[in-house]
Amino acid sequence: MITIKDLHKSYTMGANSLHVLKGINFSVQEGELVSIMGSSGSGKSTLLNILGMLDEADEGSYTLDGVPIKNLNEKIAAQYRNKFLGFIFQSFNLINYKSALDNVGMPLYYQGMKRKDRTDKAMAYLEKVGLANWAHHMPNELSGGQKQRVAIARALASDPKVLLADEPTGALDTKTSYEVMDLIQGINDEGKTILIVTHEDDIAHMTKRIVNLKDGLIIDDTSVKQVRALSHV
Amino acid sequence: MFDLERWQEILETISKNKLRTFLTGLSVASGIFILVILLGFGQGMQNGISSQFQRDASNRISVYSGVTSKGYKGLNPGRIIEMTNEDYKYLIKKYEEDLEFKSSVYRIWSGTLNFGNESGSYRVEGVYPDYQFLENEDMVAGRYINYDDHDKKAKVMVIGNKVKQDLFKNQDPIGQQVQINGVNFKVVGVYSDPGGEREETRAFVPLSTSQRVFGGADKVGNLGFTLKPKETFQKTLEQSVRFSSEIESFLKERHLIAPDDTSAIGINNTLEGTKRFYDLIGMIKTFFWVVGICTIIAGVVGVSNIMLIIVKERTKEIGIRKALGAQPLSIITMILHESIFVTAIAGFTGLILSMALLEVVGPNLDMDFIKNPSVNFNVAITTVFILVLAGALAGFVPAWRAARIKPITALREE
Ligand SMILES: Nc1ncnc2c1ncn2[C@@H]1O[C@H](COP(=O)(O)OP(=O)(O)OP(=O)(O)O)[C@@H](O)[C@H]1O
Ligand SMILES: [Mg+2]
Repeated sequence: MITIKDLHKSYTMGANSLHVLKGINFSVQEGELVSIMGSSGSGKSTLLNILGMLDEADEGSYTLDGVPIKNLNEKIAAQYRNKFLGFIFQSFNLINYKSALDNVGMPLYYQGMKRKDRTDKAMAYLEKVGLANWAHHMPNELSGGQKQRVAIARALASDPKVLLADEPTGALDTKTSYEVMDLIQGINDEGKTILIVTHEDDIAHMTKRIVNLKDGLIIDDTSVKQVRALSHV
Repeated sequence: MFDLERWQEILETISKNKLRTFLTGLSVASGIFILVILLGFGQGMQNGISSQFQRDASNRISVYSGVTSKGYKGLNPGRIIEMTNEDYKYLIKKYEEDLEFKSSVYRIWSGTLNFGNESGSYRVEGVYPDYQFLENEDMVAGRYINYDDHDKKAKVMVIGNKVKQDLFKNQDPIGQQVQINGVNFKVVGVYSDPGGEREETRAFVPLSTSQRVFGGADKVGNLGFTLKPKETFQKTLEQSVRFSSEIESFLKERHLIAPDDTSAIGINNTLEGTKRFYDLIGMIKTFFWVVGICTIIAGVVGVSNIMLIIVKERTKEIGIRKALGAQPLSIITMILHESIFVTAIAGFTGLILSMALLEVVGPNLDMDFIKNPSVNFNVAITTVFILVLAGALAGFVPAWRAARIKPITALREE
């Protein structure tokens, strides 16, 4: 599903250049649930953002579902993001003046779907994350866990090939984190490919494979036996 | 262009962000409002000044006499000069071809008018029929003095609107007898004058009658002429200046006045004043336009600032939308569509409110130098379009930039 070869990325700040990714080689098969770990500043988010086409690599190749991702203009990148990818952020990134339902409907709006269909489909995904009763609430009326579940529903709405989650449980307490992980495991069980950046070991062990990043390189990449989040709740 | 989905999205955004919408709208609406009121009052001033100038025919030449200030041909200074019917007859014969309207005037500066229990002191003037046009008067009722009255030395009079109100209140004055200094005159007409009340506190009687009844003999106090207009204003002005100086020298010669004596014969050429008037109107117009354009510029700057702030404030949202698959173009159209929609609605609101205000206040405003303020609708509409366009342009640059920055940069924005 995802193949990257020799990926490099530096940030330039004035005269200084910070080499963040120093040649990442890595691939993910369809249906995998992968966690990316590493100390703060090791380049996890940078990697995920490049995979999400939110940012561009300096060097190296990236293939997503057989499509080479390079020299994208913003127009095509937007199309690919809409079709191939779903994002889940630590800070939820919901649009604060739109209801839960409308937030979930956003990717569908950009697919050009009619309002009626959009609402139906968004509602179905809200049901899936257990928030059908909260459909018309504004984000500021929702708890952190609820917000993150709305964000997950939104990421799923366009039926993307890959879900990318940057510390999805970073802003949540343990119990809520496990509920969210339970949801993510369920989605993965249905066959969706998911990448999660996390700091927490317990979260990482709820995935099927842990990739360890240090100083811009992968130092460890092992499959683990998945711990079901439900057993903790 | 008409994309229902997009309209729904825009209307939703607008309705959920009321404060932002309100502030944008307010600045546009108030800009337009101020501008329209300003231009309206500019026009009002023009109208006011115009009407002051319209008191008399715009090309009237008035001749009056005074006291000599210089000795001449053995005569002492301080001699009172009085023009006569002969002077007038000579002049109208000589310039028969050129003259449009003509009249000599015999004035009783304060005549006491009496009707029943009402009385008042007014200026009474003996005139020829043309005098109506020299004074720019309109008949409200009845008729003006005519040549028949003049020949018969009829005791008839025409009174101003104000005199009518003073003496007759709501009664019909036509056919009533009014005493001027004790002598009965029949009212045959009532006139109004663009110059307003001041010009309407007068009464006119036939010249011949006034000279006989009030002891004027063959004396006249004033001569009034207008010349037939030439093809251009310039030629008309030249002719009128020439005419003025010719009659001046004629009168000085005839009455033995030193050619350089400026106090014995006075000539007031309205046309020269008219030129100054047009210059003044031009200046007022320019002034209001300059202020108006400055207001528009201020409005444009204001709208631009608001757009910059809005786009800045929405950067994170733009990042989110892009992460969800928004195309750069859709970001730009989203922002422009919203800004055009809001500025247009607000602009027209300001326009309608200000025009309504002018409509209501304008006619009730009775000041000498501001009259009937109003604004050219096309000018106002154009201004609204300029502001809308400016809002769109001002929004375009930041929107375009926001649409181009990497989504991750936009997302990082707080
Ligand atoms: N836009 C940027 N400009 C400059 N430097 C950046 C930028 N984004 C990230 N960096 C730097 O790149 C390095 C890697 O950042 P990254 O966000 O990928 O780390 P991370 O592994 O996600 O860390 P964390 O666990 O704290 O989220 C850091 O040193 C960071 O300071
Ligand atoms: Mg990070």
